[in-house]
Amino acid sequence: MLSRVAERLYWSARYLERVENTARLVSVYDDLLFDLPKDIKVSWYNLIEILSGEEGFEQRYKVKDERNVVKFLLADDTNSSSMLSSLKMVRENIRTTRDVVPKETWELINELDLYAQQNIKQGINRSERHLFLNTIIEGCQKIIGLFAGAMSRDCGWHFLIMGRYLERADMGTRILDAAVSLMLESEPEARIQLGQVTWSKVLKSQSAYMDYRRTIRTSINGAKAVTFLMNDPCFPRTLAYCFGQIGEAATKLPRAGLITAKVDKILQFDYPLISSEDLDEDFHNHLNDLQIAIIDINHQITQNWFHFRQGDAA
Amino acid sequence: MEKLTSQYQSSIFFDELIDNNGAPRAPAAQLLGYLDSLSEDELEKRRLTAEATIQEMGISFTIYTEEGNIDRAWPFDIVPRTIEASDWKIAEAGLKQRLKALNLFINDLYHDQNVIKDGIIPEHIIKDSKNFRPECVGVSPAYGVWAHICGTDLVRDENGDFFVLEDNLRVPSGVSYMLENRAITKRVLPELFENESILPVDSYTSQLFDTLAALSPRDIDKPEIVVLTPGIYNSAYFEHAFLAQQMGAELVEGSDLFVGDDDCVYMKTIDGSERVDVIYRRIDDLFIDPEAFDPESVLGVAGLMRAWRKGNVALANAPGAGVADDKVVYAYVPAIIRYYLNEEPILNNVKTFLCDDPEQRAYVLENLDKLVVKPANESGGYGMLVGPHSTKKEQALFAELITKNPRNYIAQPTLKLSTAPTLIAKGVLEPRHLDLRPFILQAKETYVTTGGLTRVAMKKGSLVVNSSQGGGSKDTWIVETKG
Repeated sequence: MLSRVAERLYWSARYLERVENTARLVSVYDDLLFDLPKDIKVSWYNLIEILSGEEGFEQRYKVKDERNVVKFLLADDTNSSSMLSSLKMVRENIRTTRDVVPKETWELINELDLYAQQNIKQGINRSERHLFLNTIIEGCQKIIGLFAGAMSRDCGWHFLIMGRYLERADMGTRILDAAVSLMLESEPEARIQLGQVTWSKVLKSQSAYMDYRRTIRTSINGAKAVTFLMNDPCFPRTLAYCFGQIGEAATKLPRAGLITAKVDKILQFDYPLISSEDLDEDFHNHLNDLQIAIIDINHQITQNWFHFRQGDAA
Repeated sequence: MEKLTSQYQSSIFFDELIDNNGAPRAPAAQLLGYLDSLSEDELEKRRLTAEATIQEMGISFTIYTEEGNIDRAWPFDIVPRTIEASDWKIAEAGLKQRLKALNLFINDLYHDQNVIKDGIIPEHIIKDSKNFRPECVGVSPAYGVWAHICGTDLVRDENGDFFVLEDNLRVPSGVSYMLENRAITKRVLPELFENESILPVDSYTSQLFDTLAALSPRDIDKPEIVVLTPGIYNSAYFEHAFLAQQMGAELVEGSDLFVGDDDCVYMKTIDGSERVDVIYRRIDDLFIDPEAFDPESVLGVAGLMRAWRKGNVALANAPGAGVADDKVVYAYVPAIIRYYLNEEPILNNVKTFLCDDPEQRAYVLENLDKLVVKPANESGGYGMLVGPHSTKKEQALFAELITKNPRNYIAQPTLKLSTAPTLIAKGVLEPRHLDLRPFILQAKETYVTTGGLTRVAMKKGSLVVNSSQGGGSKDTWIVETKG
């Protein structure tokens, strides 16, 4: 497979996952607002910090309010990670790799892109936001389902898998970080009340609520929810699962050694969380380390397969 | 209700389907009878089926506008154009003859230039040709063939005789649409394919594959063949992707390839580099190698010409093949056929005035309102003057252009292009002008497509059939009629 084609498939999957996860992230925050006691203020600007978008945001907006944050995350074309920008990138990447993905992919991505552009106002105004974001998530799921049902498990497939799960792991750590910083920012006495609401929302945002219930079988608290979302080996949105998929896909491709070694190292690392008190500054730093490791794996994937060096001649 | 075809006002031109007395020509008889048996609504349903099929199959082409590039659905008319198989046999023989002579001519130009020494064609015509590449002198491609893939435009005059309008020897496009047109028509008018002897077209991609494979410099079982595209902003990107897919070849961009220290071409894959044997390039000469030609070009591959000259990679079409694409050279093709093959041309040229010649130029300048003036090296219908449809101001502009650079212009009488019934509104057939682009493949063997791509001027009375200028297309049937 051509390196360029492999790279475009990898980024199609990353951007597609980014579209879905941005929708999920905004959705959690949106939902939180309904359930939180009036005296607890949620700062939407948190989302900007979580996604490392401070610089871009501040160039564009003065007021750090809900409307501007949501606009920046969903619609802004100056933000290369916004939902609409990401959709555009999926479309551009698929357009040049149409010959290696199922035929209907092109139609589905066009359909989703058109829907998003035509209805973006619904996403920005709070009243219809839920329906809008849900439709976006469903649109992404449709494409992922098409891949699963109609794509040969050849090299192209493995690049899609790596792209999808690396992006998912990246967003997974960011979503955890979002919840942790929300807790750390609040007054200690409000934390218990806030915790219950927040952590069940986080689980729901990952479609993991039911699975948590069935697997953990106790009430929801921060330490347990985070442990589940980090370590559960079976649920497809946990960090352990994501890294496992990346490692496995890599072994099917040539020269995977450096990547599997990095993935194994992450998988071996255990961060024990006894109580929700442990979701502190140190844990925040741990998430930060994971972020760096993810960037490193991305770099390695690029080096291994996309940045062709003449010395590698087979 | 009046029958569909009886309300058809056939034109003063040669109509492909209906003769001057309003009767169907033999190869169109079944088709027209069938169309008449359909109700208006049924016919409209078929048209909508075609439209939906085109969208589903994602058949599109890109046009350039001021607002940016737009991917347009392929404009298609469901009424096929028919040609009698015995007529086509003659055209096919004529095309083979023409391409054989043209390839001998190109090869001669880059070697001994006997054609000039023997006074068949003036030296300055070649010296001043935009498409003569001194870089190619002395190169001997396999089988002496330079133009492996040619799209020759044919038209029919008022007597129904075929004429060659031009030869496209650089990167001719349209063949994928020929194949897709057939696929659509099979879905739209399936009943006819059961009863009629319509010759098939779909072996083209395997013939193209064989032609390309025959060029491989390495004698191996599975030569690596790639299609080199300028990328998605090219108007023919759909076709590049289609052909690569149909041949099971890689679709590559310039940045996917490199020339190694051993002067061989490699492609960059996730397994490392893989040697490339044959490149079907869909990029113009001047962009294929920044080292040899335009250093600014980002589309090509540095060192490609070096690798080609050394015989380490085959390029189809070979660089420099476009020298025979020049519309001034076109005027000499009948002489070229006689010179190299010692045969009379089977297919005629359209009468052509060379502005380079003082006498002919004087005639052209006096008759600009009656002639079509074409620049020698443009394609896609750009930079033309269609005399009868032009203003005095445009004619004055062309008079100036011709006087300044006579070598660059030719003129031809306005053609009486043939027409065919075309569905222009619900239940309404009107004659529209059309041409035909067959594709000729040549390496070890020579193939001609069965028929070719028929392009239709969708506007009433218009002679412009280029898709980049709003033209449409229809399926082309070579029909065997018994007796």
